[in-house]
Amino acid sequence: MKLLVCISKTPDTTSKINFDSSGQNFIDNGVQYIMNPYDEWYALVRAIELKEQFGGTVEVIHIGDAQSEMIIRKALAIGADSAIRVDYIAADSMDTATQIANVVKSKSYDMIFLGKETIDHNGSEVGGLLAGILDWPFIAYVNKLSVQNTQATIESEIEGGIRISQCNLPMVISCAKGLAEQRIPNMMGIMNAKKKPLEIVQPIAFESKLKINRFELPAAKSGVRMISPENINELVDVLKNDLKII
Amino acid sequence: MILVLIEVQNNDVKKSSLEALSFASQLASLQNDSVCALTIGTLESSINLGQYGADENIIIPSLEIENDQIEYILRSIALEKNPSHIILSLNSTGKNLAAVLAAKLNFALLSGVTGVHLNESELVFSKTVFSGKAKALYSIVQGSSVIAIMPNSISINNQINKNCTTTTKNLDIPGSRIKTLEKRMISGKTPLTEASVVVSAGRGLKDPSNWQMIEELAELLGASTACSRPVADIGWRPHHEHVGQTGIAIRPNVYIAIGISGAIQHLAGVNNSRKIIVINKDPEAPFFAAADYGICGDLFEVIPKLNETLKKIKSNS
Ligand SMILES: Cc1cc2nc3c(=O)[nH]c(=O)nc-3n(C[C@H](O)[C@H](O)[C@H](O)COP(=O)(O)OP(=O)(O)OC[C@H]3O[C@@H](n4cnc5c(N)ncnc54)[C@H](O)[C@@H]3O)c2cc1C
Ligand SMILES: Nc1ncnc2c1ncn2[C@@H]1O[C@H](COP(=O)(O)O)[C@@H](O)[C@H]1O
Repeated sequence: MKLLVCISKTPDTTSKINFDSSGQNFIDNGVQYIMNPYDEWYALVRAIELKEQFGGTVEVIHIGDAQSEMIIRKALAIGADSAIRVDYIAADSMDTATQIANVVKSKSYDMIFLGKETIDHNGSEVGGLLAGILDWPFIAYVNKLSVQNTQATIESEIEGGIRISQCNLPMVISCAKGLAEQRIPNMMGIMNAKKKPLEIVQPIAFESKLKINRFELPAAKSGVRMISPENINELVDVLKNDLKII
Repeated sequence: MILVLIEVQNNDVKKSSLEALSFASQLASLQNDSVCALTIGTLESSINLGQYGADENIIIPSLEIENDQIEYILRSIALEKNPSHIILSLNSTGKNLAAVLAAKLNFALLSGVTGVHLNESELVFSKTVFSGKAKALYSIVQGSSVIAIMPNSISINNQINKNCTTTTKNLDIPGSRIKTLEKRMISGKTPLTEASVVVSAGRGLKDPSNWQMIEELAELLGASTACSRPVADIGWRPHHEHVGQTGIAIRPNVYIAIGISGAIQHLAGVNNSRKIIVINKDPEAPFFAAADYGICGDLFEVIPKLNETLKKIKSNS
């Protein structure tokens, strides 16, 4: 099987989020970047497991500049065979999907794996956009996946439950909790990663239909109102009269 | 014209679709436009979508339908009607098809939108980013768009009273490439992502058997239950209850956190709750900084007392 995993870079979850005074730029001074957890823990590991089961290759792709090479090396250390980096900062999700699709057109993957969302933009956009551009079937928020011949059987999240469905390959999926167990790269993996091929590709032209005006931090909470544990009636009063839930 | 996807479930319009419709009519009044609802499925009761701001309702009567077929229907109607926006909920349907639709129509895509306003005649859309730690404001600079609304973020307005014309349309819908074998519901409770009140507990509960009082409180408040990640990891609670950055993100009106410290990864999933009540015995627990109401005390005393009081109120009313 020929598998592709799309990996993105996000600030570590404990990072302080700040913007410059124009509100247009994220200040990343002192921010630690990591591979998006959904890409690392679920998408990448499940793809590697399928390769272990059926043979084939796992390739990772990232749209970003040279600073992102540490996450690409990490993906290779975890077990991907090769990597592609489109040397470019995408303007938006459609741009990212367009760049990935452009690479996919000249290859013949059986399946493309993405994370369910990037934890910085919380978009859940790239997977569906990519599937739309390629005209491949797409299933979002996949928790379980098995493959037989050229057919995938998939469990995915729906409101209040799960959906089990079947689809022929090739297809695109976005990966969520439960799909695989996180793998920590070992010494061998880290050594081998240095020798694995990383191809740098130039971007194609793209014009964004969106403009980001600015970012805003949420208004600070006006302060917590403390209620004494002895005074349950005050709490009940809040539930009843302020929050109107009883 | 603004096109809105209306989904039907158990003979009723989904709440998330009414949110999308309310958003569309808000948008329509900002840009002086009309709203066309596209209802997929058959309704037994006749709900008047004009009340929610629809000028027109096109009904596609079909029972079992896959997401890619809904996407096909929306695309066909869009090619015919040339809408300025297509609005739908970012529920599981939206997550599966909004982006596919935008790519195929070559429309702009805004997903996870929580509001819209006008700034000097320009429409400005807001969405929550950085796991609830910030908000981003976007404008569309070119062409039409697909806008997927974050569930539970738009209030439903049923006081609009438009004259809504209804037509039924039969479309030739091609077969699906995805075949649903089964849908398995986890419980009869309201799904967490749609719950208006959520009672949640963490490692402070000490033992899974202590969840009985949490279940009882939830029952008394008509709430759904949730938990922090470690208690799901050690098997005290089912995984689908785990909220936070690696679990699910919720946005109820009221979130009650009991014996949860309030780690940043937990907050990432609950930051968007309208009001947060925290019950914790540690005055330094980080959760108090994110709370609207706090009780610093022992949950093993506070919760039973609260349950008793609520039971008395119930039996008196
Ligand atoms: C990458 C990553 C992702 C993560 N994702 C998530 C996630 O999605 N969701 C999540 O929840 N966590 C997540 N975590 C874990 C998170 O960092 C915290 O460890 C976790 O949320 C703590 O759970 P807790 O509050 O239940 O337990 P603890 O931190 O142990 O807190 C227990 C709390 O109970 C209080 N308490 C104890 N006894 C009593 C009593 N008798 N009465 C009142 N209060 C009492 C204590 O004061 C304490 O504040 C993640 C961590 C990482 C590194
Ligand atoms: N710059 C990028 N390069 C490669 N893949 C990406 C990039 N950005 C996002 N993705 C993929 O798209 C998924 C969903 O991202 P998003 O639509 O931004 O929430 C991520 O989990 C990644 O798998």
